[in-house]
Formats: sequence, C-alpha cells, structure tokens
Amino acid sequence: MKLRTALLGAAAAFAMAPAAYAERGADGEVKLTFPQAVSIMNPYLSGGTKDIYASSMVLEPLAGLDPDGTLVPKLVTEIPTLENGGVSADLMSITWKLIPGLLWSDGTPVTADDAVFTAAYCMDPAGGCAQATKYDGVASVEAVDASTIKITFTAPKPNPYNTFVGALSPLLQKAQFAACQGAAAPTCTDQNSMPVGTGPFKVTGFTVNDTVSMEANPNYRDPAKPAFATAMIKGGGDAESSARAVMETGEFDYAWNTQIPPDSQAAMTAAGKGQFVVAFGTLVERIEMNTTDPSPDLPEGERATAKHPHPILSDIKVRTALSKAIDRSILVEVGYGAGGNPTCNVIPAPAAWASDNTGCLTQDIEGAKALLDEAGWTDTDGDGIRDKDGKKLSLLYQTTVNPIRQDFQALVKDWWSEIGVETELKAIDPGVFFGGDAGSPDTFQKFYADVEMYANNSDSPDPESYLGQYQCKNAPRPETQWQGENINRFCDPAYDAKFAELQKTTDLATRQTLAKQLNDMVTKDSMTVIPLVHRGTLSAHSNALGGVRINSWDSELWNVADWFRVK
Amino acid sequence: MTDISAQQTGGPQPTSKPEKPASARSAIWAQFRSHKGAVFGLAVLGFLVLAVLIGPWIWHPEKLSVAQAMKVRNQPPSLQFPLGTDQLGRDMLQRMMQAGKVSLAVGFVAMIIAITFGTLIGVLAGYFRRLDGPLMRMTDMFLALPLIPLLLVMVMLFRDDIARTMGPELGAFSLIVFAIGITSWMQAARIVRGEVLALKEREYVLAARSIGAAPHRIILRHILPNVVSPVMVAATLGVAEAIITESVLSFLGLGFPPDFPTWGRLLFDGLQYMQLYPERVIWPGLAISLTVLSVNYIGDGLRDALDPRIRGR
Repeated sequence: MKLRTALLGAAAAFAMAPAAYAERGADGEVKLTFPQAVSIMNPYLSGGTKDIYASSMVLEPLAGLDPDGTLVPKLVTEIPTLENGGVSADLMSITWKLIPGLLWSDGTPVTADDAVFTAAYCMDPAGGCAQATKYDGVASVEAVDASTIKITFTAPKPNPYNTFVGALSPLLQKAQFAACQGAAAPTCTDQNSMPVGTGPFKVTGFTVNDTVSMEANPNYRDPAKPAFATAMIKGGGDAESSARAVMETGEFDYAWNTQIPPDSQAAMTAAGKGQFVVAFGTLVERIEMNTTDPSPDLPEGERATAKHPHPILSDIKVRTALSKAIDRSILVEVGYGAGGNPTCNVIPAPAAWASDNTGCLTQDIEGAKALLDEAGWTDTDGDGIRDKDGKKLSLLYQTTVNPIRQDFQALVKDWWSEIGVETELKAIDPGVFFGGDAGSPDTFQKFYADVEMYANNSDSPDPESYLGQYQCKNAPRPETQWQGENINRFCDPAYDAKFAELQKTTDLATRQTLAKQLNDMVTKDSMTVIPLVHRGTLSAHSNALGGVRINSWDSELWNVADWFRVK
Repeated sequence: MTDISAQQTGGPQPTSKPEKPASARSAIWAQFRSHKGAVFGLAVLGFLVLAVLIGPWIWHPEKLSVAQAMKVRNQPPSLQFPLGTDQLGRDMLQRMMQAGKVSLAVGFVAMIIAITFGTLIGVLAGYFRRLDGPLMRMTDMFLALPLIPLLLVMVMLFRDDIARTMGPELGAFSLIVFAIGITSWMQAARIVRGEVLALKEREYVLAARSIGAAPHRIILRHILPNVVSPVMVAATLGVAEAIITESVLSFLGLGFPPDFPTWGRLLFDGLQYMQLYPERVIWPGLAISLTVLSVNYIGDGLRDALDPRIRGR
C-alpha cells in the first residue's frame, strides 16, 4: 500500500511537471475506430481512405484545407499567391517556404530536399504511386535553398495548389525512404508502416489490418500540442458496431464512416454519450441516364456505344419526366437523415462553386405525366404502362447491393409506375460494379442498363478535373477497354468547348461561373444526370472529445493536434 | 394433404401395437403418425404452404402510394398491419407471403431437380459396373468444386440470356433453381449408389435377373422402391439447404431482382434495423427456421415410416 501510494505520488509528480510548461500529452490516450482496418501508413501506396486518414496523423503536406475548403499552411510560413510573389506571374511555378527550424519526429531537420525526394518518389514510373494525379503537370521540383521549394509546371496552372497540398500528398523523409524508390517501394515494410513524419503523432506499433499505436511526436512544431500522449486506431467491424462503440458503450472517442440508417442514428444520439458529425463534400448520389442503347440484341462491341442512341432516353422530355417524378426529400428521410440533403447539382459544394439550381426539389407527378404525353408516350392498351409504336416504356435500373440503394430503387420504381413507367430492378455486387473489369457485363462503366444509380464526388474543392469527366472523349467504349468517367456517354461539343475555356481561365470568379454553367449543362439543361442526394460522410465522436472539426476537403483527422479531452 | 391432416387430428391416437393395416400405404401412414415430431412438422409446413398460397387471397391490403406509405413506416404489429411495416411502409405480412412463395418454390423445385438427378446418377453408377467409375469420379469432382463461386459464375454467365428469353423474374427463378439443383445432387447420388450396390446382390434381384428381366425393369420394379427411404431423407434435407442457398445468393445480390422479396432477402434487409425493430428479422428468420426444422422432422418420420424393418415395431 505504502509503495503504491509512493508510486502514484511519483507518477503524479511526473504528470504535473510537463504540464507546468506545456500541455502536450496531458490528456492521456485518444482512441479511434475505423470500420475498415488500416493496412499501410504510406498514402502514396494506398488508395484507401482509411490508410490516408490514419497516415495524416503522422505525415503532413505543406498545406492543408480547412472545412470551408480554404488553404491553411502546415509546414510553410504562408500560402504562396500571385500577390505575395509565391506563384509566378505566368502561372508556371509556385514557391513554398518551409517554417524555419522544423524537425522530423526523429529530430533531424526538414529540408527542401525531402520535398524534392517525395516528388521523385511518387513520380517514379516504376513505383506505382497511388497519388500520381497530385503530381500531374509537374515538370520539376527543386530545392532553391534548404528551406525553399520551387515547383515548375509543364503548362500554366490556374490552380497550382495540388502538389503537396492535402492528406494525399504529404512529405516523406528522404533519409528514411531513400532506398524505397521505384520498384522497391512496396517492399519497404518497415518504412511503410512506421514512417517518420512531422505530424502531431508518431507510430510506435503497427499491426497490419488491425491496430496502429501512436504517441505524441516530441518534436512537433507547436510545443503545447497534441493534448493526447498516445493515440490508437483500431480497425475492423462495421459501421454499426463502430458507431455503437462511440455512441453507446463509450469504448472509443472517434469513429470514422459510421453510415447507419436514420432511425439508428436517432436512437444512438439519444444515449447521450456522443454525437454524429457530418462532412459535406461533393459526394452526390445520382441516377445516370444512358444515352446509348444497352439492348442485348445489339452485337457485343456495339451495345451501349454511341453508334446506337437510346430508343427511349434520347428524348429530353422523358428524362425530365423521370426526374420530376422523384421526391428527393423522401429519399433523404429514408436513407440518410442528417447525413444527406436533396440536391439538383453534380457539384453541390463548396457554396461558391455550386449552381443555384433547385428546380428538381419539388416533386411534380402531373407535370411528369404531361411531359410523357407530349413526348408521345401514352397508355394505349390500358395496362398502366405507357407505350409508343408498340414499344413499352420500360427501363432497367441497376445499382449496387446496399440496403439504402435497394430502398431507393423501390421508392423510385413506385414513383415511376405512378407516371406509367415500368421499371425492372437489378442489384450488383459492389466489387463487380465498381471493379472496372472490362470482361464483366455488370460494371458501371459498361452500363448495360437504361439507368443506374451510384455516388461520385470531386477530390478537390476546385471541380475542374471532375467536370472534365463529361467530355465526349471520356466515354467508356470498347476502344478504351471500357474505361472512362463519362458514364452517360454524354457528348456535347458546347460542353467540351466550355470546359476547355475553364482549363484556361485563371480568374477565380470566372472559373466558378463556368463551373456552374457546366454543372447545369449536364443536370437541368440536359437531364443526363439526375442528382438525388448530397451525401455527407457521417462520423461519430464522443462528448468527451473536444476540438473535432470535421472536414471533407482534407483528412477528417486534419486537426487532430487540436483535439483535447473535455473535462 | 388437407384431408389427411383432418383425419390425423380427428383420428385415434396411435398405439404401440397397431392393428393389421389394410395396405402398405396405410401402414406407412400409421407409422408416420406415431412420430410426433414428424406430424408436427407436417402441420407446420402445411400451414406455411397454405399461408403463402391462399394467404394472398385473404390478405390483400390496398397498395399505398409512396406519400401514404411514408406515414406508416416502421409500424409495430397492429390490426391494420399484423406483422408491422418495414422502413418503406410496406406491409410485412404481405411481403412475408410473397417472399414465402418464392422461397418455398425454390426449395421444393431445386430439391426435385437434385433428387431426380442424384437418383439417376446413383442408380446408374450402382447398377452398371462400367459406369460406376466415371460417374462417381464426376460426383467427386462436383463435391470438390467450391459451391458458391461456381454458382456466382453460373449466375453471372447465363443470367442475361435466360432473362431475355424468359423475363427477369421467371428467368432468375429457373436459373437459381437449376443452379442450386445441379450443385446439390451429389449426396443423393452417393447414398443411392451405396444402396443399389447392396440391393442388386439380393436374392429377389438375382431371381428377377435369372428369369430374364431387362435392367430397366429390375431398376424400376425392384430397386427404386427400396431406395425411396434414403432418397426421401436426402430430399427433405435438400429443401432446407436450397432455401438457405437461395438466401445466400440473394444476400450477395446474385439471386432475384431486388424488388422480388424472398425470406433470405427480407432477413438481409432487416439486419441493420435489428436493434430498433427486432421483429423485422424475427419474422423471416422464424419462417426459414420453421420450414427447415419441420422439413427435417418430416424427413425423420418418413425414414422410419418407409423402412419396413422399423415399421410395425
């Protein structure tokens, strides 16, 4: 007893001592749970959000994005702009200045050479870098001096904040990864699971596909942070059990990706131990219209290609009627609750980039019926299904196997049957649907259906590359091995011209106007895409965890250094 | 089936020493009746079959529009909705009946295919020595095949073609039934072969052969009636297995179209609501369990009833 008291006293003394000059490590352990376990701590070798988020606690980019989508400096003194001379007048280069005295977690200084190495590491064609798009259009990265990084582009870049910005392109330590460049990258197990970083935490233990243990980085640039001495990310389970671990049992402080039905959300919130937070990015659940004929009677190679326009959906009146018949607020209520909003845009956020298109939000069954009548689709044989020239207005509607999507399918089928459209439903295993296998008839790119539903989003607040998807040349077709992002095979020369204009424009306000116009061209003007729900990513945190600011433009854990224990 | 069950409920209790039965059929029935579990199973299965066949004629709530249905989402059981409603305001009783029709049909038809095929292979392999090797090796091969991947490939390859000729629902039904049937005949074939090997050396078969009976006559007249009992048992187990396999396929999205409810799919859909609305998984789970259990008990009773050595003891 005596000994124990003495030990406790000593421990208390040690705990008090650091608190006297700084708060680092004063709040004990923070525990996170991810439904999908972390498999690697190097985001350059993984496309998985779980890995990118976990590594963002350790590795940091030069600058990040805050919840509003604005840039915040991380390892640099300020954000380079045209005004402060950081971005060259011809938009051909950008120069970043590192914070002086910055140290890696092993105590060695961070230099511009590390950035040069990181770029070479990811741009190595043999390395299979998962984030290669972050280095698109980069001609060279050079170290002007020990703390100045200059990135030169191959062509003028209106948006130069891509490389070394956000959790997808953090800095790697040259000393640690020097031997891991190119083909050797995936073989460096130690480096990939315990990277040396500048972030608030450093890895102390890593069990692949299970647990990551971390402790506060002793060399973190802010001596008062992080508030937690250790951190742990436990993976596995499912969305429901992770949510429960935070919201009901209180075993964990934070759960990422807890997408559960609205009823369960309400019941768990009522337990009073935690709360759900939603990050609204650009994720939009939508119904895509096939502009080409997916009829199985067509020969393979011509089926669902631009050679045969769709016999029913080529008429914009039909597409508009299909959109009008849907009540998006009911879809939100059934499927997402607080985690979704009805939308008519493919780019619903950030606000400055989103079109004011709200025309689809009110359901109009009568209007839809009138449009179909106008288009010549009438129910001549009295079976409740419209027909024209002996052909029935019948559509095949496919999506992935997912309880919420199946509910949506059932509801949409009911609404469409009210306006006299027959719908045949199909649900495909998500692994196959999104698998991109050119040999499978069931991929979303092949689109062997009349309409299909899934969700897609833009990776960055600037939607340029996202809007580029709808150019004619991006249509999946046999010549491209059925790869391509223009799922609808939407093809409008006016769109392509406007997109080319967007690529050349540097003025932010004009870019935003152009983006809105492009958004409208695929949505309300042509009804090629029927957006349904603007989805957020639902995460949960305990009421005992403070400082959480959920972010959809960067890692959700972007400000983990500011998290603290609520007492 | 119905008047038999009526007889059974009103009939005298079976005694340990029954009177001399008038025919083989009534002897079998008398023996079957003495197995309480089997009788109970038969009653439950009969009830389920009647419920899904006749139920929709008695219980047919009017179709609600989406707006109306939204007001009655997630209702607990009540007079208006005897089993409650689901997350889209659909009547669970009605869905259970629709789903049951599909699940039971899949179970029985797949079982018939598997048993027919299995018996055919088993008899041929057991009776004709020359066919024994190739057929049994084929059976081994099928047993070694991983079932689920095989089903997935089959469904993937043929779904579109079959759906085109037969329509999506009937197409999916025939494909699934065929796929399950064709991958679950092996047990029956092995059992039957073993039986036939023993039977064909029996005196009465030798006697038939000695008077010049043709093989097909010997098989039909002397061998098949004697393998009925193991086949029946395999069949009942097959029903249960087929219902479960169909649930697995629907769970993986490769079974029926999503608007075509089956018990397996209702169970899958109810899973995420399990904590808030446990009845959503209890009803389909109960239906599957009851069917599988009752079918197993019936199989048990049939085995006793059809075995002349047990019968009458």
